[in-house]
Amino acid sequence: MTSQYTPEIVARLYRSLYFIRRFEERVAAIYPSDKIKSPVHLSIGQEFISVGVCDALRSDDAVSGTYRGHAAYLAKGGDPAAMMAEMYGKVTGSAAGRGGSMHLIDTKANVLGASAVVGTTIPIAAGYALALKRQKTDRVVAAFFGDGASEEGCFYETLNFAALHKLPILFVCENNFYAIHEPQSKRWATDRFCERVATFGIETRKITSGDLFEVRDTTAELVDKLRRGEGPALIECHAYRWREHVGPNEDYDQGYRPRSEMEPWEARDEVPRIAALLPEAERAAIEAEAEVAIEAAVVFAEQSPFPAPEELYRHVFA
Amino acid sequence: MSSPNAATRQLRYVDALAEAVSQEMARDDSVFVFGLDVDDHKSIQGSTRGLLDRFGPERIFTTPLSEDAMTGVAIGAAMAGMRPIHVHIRMDFLLLCMNQIVNMAAKAHYMYGGAVKVPMVVRSMIGKSWGQGAQHSQGLHSMFMHVPGLKVVAPSNAYDAKGCMMAAIRDDNPVIFMEHRLLYSTEAPVPEDPYTVEFGRARRMLEGDNITVVGVSNMAVECLRAAELLREVDVSVDLIDPISLVPLDIDTIAQSVARTRKLLVVDNSWTSCGASAEIASQVTERLGGSGPLQVRRMGFAPTTCPTTPALEQLFYPNPSTIAEAAYAMARPNGASWRPDPEHAKLAYQAQFKGPF
Repeated sequence: MTSQYTPEIVARLYRSLYFIRRFEERVAAIYPSDKIKSPVHLSIGQEFISVGVCDALRSDDAVSGTYRGHAAYLAKGGDPAAMMAEMYGKVTGSAAGRGGSMHLIDTKANVLGASAVVGTTIPIAAGYALALKRQKTDRVVAAFFGDGASEEGCFYETLNFAALHKLPILFVCENNFYAIHEPQSKRWATDRFCERVATFGIETRKITSGDLFEVRDTTAELVDKLRRGEGPALIECHAYRWREHVGPNEDYDQGYRPRSEMEPWEARDEVPRIAALLPEAERAAIEAEAEVAIEAAVVFAEQSPFPAPEELYRHVFA
Repeated sequence: MSSPNAATRQLRYVDALAEAVSQEMARDDSVFVFGLDVDDHKSIQGSTRGLLDRFGPERIFTTPLSEDAMTGVAIGAAMAGMRPIHVHIRMDFLLLCMNQIVNMAAKAHYMYGGAVKVPMVVRSMIGKSWGQGAQHSQGLHSMFMHVPGLKVVAPSNAYDAKGCMMAAIRDDNPVIFMEHRLLYSTEAPVPEDPYTVEFGRARRMLEGDNITVVGVSNMAVECLRAAELLREVDVSVDLIDPISLVPLDIDTIAQSVARTRKLLVVDNSWTSCGASAEIASQVTERLGGSGPLQVRRMGFAPTTCPTTPALEQLFYPNPSTIAEAAYAMARPNGASWRPDPEHAKLAYQAQFKGPF
């Protein structure tokens, strides 16, 4: 699979993947200082999905993320400094300090706003896709959500509507097998998720490999279909949440899941695997560049002011 | 008529709604209408009549019975620059949309730091009588008034229906547009040309000195009839229709009460935590220390709405009970008075002749 990838693409993917991993590790490191007063839902271990999907999109395509949305935001080109400032509650943040980690948005990068209410953004992404279709563009929307969100009624309502109207939307289910602390076996009658979705007439793909290139190739193929107006598609992508549901730590000592579940995923982690595909000097340069940008984001966040008191009343109405 | 621009004619509330939407759709390509039944032969009691023929199925289309997701679709389309009008044939069905309306539509502009706008209109109709019952009769406006970020309007006549609809479509915020089924056939002089009725400006329907009465939605019409009955016993009513509940023109109401010192708020909903409670408390906060103040609220009986006419007639305020209550407030030392019920009953059929 990797043979068809030019060195430029591999470097681009690694740049994004490494940046997101290190950015979130930095967030986790800052977290105990209490400077970030925002519940963080880290995507560490799952970043390859966002990187693979977003790399196959154009800059004018949109993505819709979730409260575990750092990866999608950054992979789509969301401003990292504005994101860090947002988590610090600063006025320079992506939502001017009103949203925090769970409500990231970057309209310039076509990152739609994220929501803390599970599943809520799925129909909104479809509405965005409806507008793109009505406006006669060939832009598409990729809607990220988790396996828990797929249990919400609005998910099925949206599948039906999107298929009925052949909307240019790619549903991306990041299946990490847990909703907060509840395993899928306690929530799903069957794991035939793609089959359920396919009954709406939606083309589905299931990716269990953890392979970023497979995610990217699959997305590229399905997005072509979307641009031709052939209707929505869905990718179910298996992954594993390495850290706790919310917060910076591991939680394998809590008893609801064993560390042995994570270990195969750790063993095939895409960050070192893709790093190894690059010449050493190039890899080092990409990593150094990422560290500089992350440090700059932290400095920007720390040095930015908090919103003035009168800001409380701004933006209630447009 | 001296000029076509000044042309008005008697128009029904329902036709005024359709005309407003049609004129806005002609003006702005980003406006579209969707919701169950908007494109069928009955066209939501006629309130979407003619739109399909004029604007086609991409701009007027039905939906699956998926109110939750369809509200999300409206929000997403609005964020992408369109101006959706989402139609619900009963307000009760908005309860299926609460997550999207409250958690997203109301909050998006604020929660995303002003980065997006959600210009959408949520049309909903309240039913009454003929067995509408528990789930076709609810006035749920106070639930939406409670949440910052939503505008809530409840026009009581055809003139305001058209002007408010045009204002709602042009507004950059989500607007909950509350209609009343019994108002649909009422007529008022309505200009042919487009115009807007500005939100946050109450309308004084009658000027009077003895008591301030505020009527919400169709209760404005019921209060108007009550005021006519009260006039027969020399009680003059300062009658105010707030038109929009968010923003609320509390100034006009409070100025009236400062003069009359008596406030009766009649809502088309329950009184508990309702619009009437909000209006009464805001007025009391302003005027409470400045002299004696008499405040009363009327609304639905604190029960579920029954279907049988025998009980349903007791569920709602009506011109007779409103007049009786207002009389008792205006003439606290007089004998109690209630208008002849047969006389008052005519009010239900009496057509509104506004605007004022």
